[in-house]
Amino acid sequence: MTRQIGEVILDLQNVSLSFGGVNALTDISFDVREHEIRAIIGPNGAGKSSMLNVINGVYRPQAGEIILRGEHFRQMNPYKAACAGIARTFQNIALFKGMSVLDNIMTGRNLKMKANIFQQAFWMGAARREELEHRAKVEEIIDFLEIQHIRKTPVGRLPYGLQKRVDLARALAMEPQILLLDEPMAGMNIEEKQDMSRFILDVNDQMGTTIVLIEHDMGVVMDVSDRVVVLDYGKKIGDGSPDEVRGNPEVISAYLGASH
Amino acid sequence: MGFFLEVLIGGLMTGMLYSLVALGFVLIFKASGVFNFAQGAMVLFAALAMARFSEWIPGWLGVENLMVANILAFIIAAFLMFVVAWLIERLVLRHLVNQEGATLLMATLGIAYFIDGLGQTVFGSDIYKIDVGMPKEPVMVLQGVFEGGLLINKEDFIAALVAALLVAALALFFQKTATGRALRAVADDHQAAQSIGIPLNRIWVIVWCVAGIVALVAGIIWGSKLGVQFSLVTVALRALPVVILGGLTSVPGAIIGGLIIGVGEKVSEVYLGPLVGGGIEIWFAYMLALVFLLFRPQGLFGEKIIDRV
Ligand SMILES: Nc1ncnc2c1ncn2[C@@H]1O[C@H](COP(=O)(O)OP(=O)(O)O)[C@@H](O)[C@H]1O
Ligand SMILES: [Mg+2]
Repeated sequence: MTRQIGEVILDLQNVSLSFGGVNALTDISFDVREHEIRAIIGPNGAGKSSMLNVINGVYRPQAGEIILRGEHFRQMNPYKAACAGIARTFQNIALFKGMSVLDNIMTGRNLKMKANIFQQAFWMGAARREELEHRAKVEEIIDFLEIQHIRKTPVGRLPYGLQKRVDLARALAMEPQILLLDEPMAGMNIEEKQDMSRFILDVNDQMGTTIVLIEHDMGVVMDVSDRVVVLDYGKKIGDGSPDEVRGNPEVISAYLGASH
Repeated sequence: MGFFLEVLIGGLMTGMLYSLVALGFVLIFKASGVFNFAQGAMVLFAALAMARFSEWIPGWLGVENLMVANILAFIIAAFLMFVVAWLIERLVLRHLVNQEGATLLMATLGIAYFIDGLGQTVFGSDIYKIDVGMPKEPVMVLQGVFEGGLLINKEDFIAALVAALLVAALALFFQKTATGRALRAVADDHQAAQSIGIPLNRIWVIVWCVAGIVALVAGIIWGSKLGVQFSLVTVALRALPVVILGGLTSVPGAIIGGLIIGVGEKVSEVYLGPLVGGGIEIWFAYMLALVFLLFRPQGLFGEKIIDRV
């Protein structure tokens, strides 16, 4: 492994989020270091997705702070988060269903495209060159994730496992520094899970991307992550290396008590 | 046979204009979920701007040439429509993000009345004319094929051609450019689009600008034919049944819906009109839309509306 875990890049402090009477997150603090794979685990409804949604600003917490590379935010918004180098995938795949795989991934390049609307409209040199450049980058990602064969397929027609992969491809096209993955392996068979684990490790290793990963499959979590946060009913009940977390009695009881 | 074809072609030519205006509706609805009742007001406002500026410019700048005055007036009117689009996004839509459909609809009704009023205050409320040199005389075509040939209205033909070209250009833009791709992304999923760094606000301004240009072109065509007057608003609202027919979220639906309604209006007026005493053209589109609302509310091509959490 060439990667070296660095300084804290993302720090969440005392984050609380509620919906009406439901406390989705209660006073959660944890940090994420550069280049690490940080897992968030917990039973269904524990608040894992809510946590990711707070990080990229889909949800706005009532209390707490998000500190990104030393800069303090009360709340994020998804566009600002994207500009700050945070990419994500969604638990319920949120691909652009009417568009081809290639077009979906190309949208991930949007922030990096500089040609203005008139250059694009009149198909001028600058816009055309840019399109080709970004297309080349997207082809690299397509090769990396081994989805060459479905490039032109409308994503709505793909099986679930491949859609998850395209979702990851679109996020990677942003060349993010931080990648948030919400259950990237849910609903996959063993082989697909192995492929996905390998891709996640490769992204982290080769591109140095910091990854925050929500995953249900304990085996996978223990294999790939550097540190693990455990949530239960919106509270943090554990935080540490996979081994530490596995030995934590509170975590064990949360998992034994939960049905999933 | 020749006569039927004449009616059919006449209907297709009118229909193309409906398609164009319907496209304005569909783009805004797809991108922002707003059903834009102000489209008719925008057509009137754009036509007023075009008529009055082309009238004022020769006096202001001393240009005698009608063509030059028209081109300048077009540029100014287009610019005005961009300003209107930008203001609507800035002052209204931005503050209504994630509101209920009914709220947004009321907002566009408010915008419609405001634009109506503003247009008439600034530009006056008489009947004005737009003269872009449209030929008024009809032509005979295909004289070898049909006895007596087909009588085609040249003005309608040019109008339909312009509308078709604009529709094609817009379709190309949305299929082939990065901005078009971003727009389609926003239409599919707001949240995902924002999360990959597509700025919703900018996309909204763009679709309102497109709707503004569509309104301007439609305003010029109808204005030069009917005169620029308040009734242009109702002419433009004929595109409402078109989008109900074609489906609010479907670009091909808008185009085909426009053609169906254009043809349906003309054919029923000519062949059924005498039986019921005429006037079918006025309500045909609305009745067809009503039937669709009852039996196929998503339109011919629209998707079933499924709410995602
Ligand atoms: N948009 C929302 N509106 C209302 N309640 C929500 C919303 N999102 C999440 N919740 C609630 O917050 C809690 C945590 O949900 P979530 O973060 O999705 O859990 P997890 O991803 O760990 O399964 C649940 O009780 C859920 O019902
Ligand atoms: Mg979840």
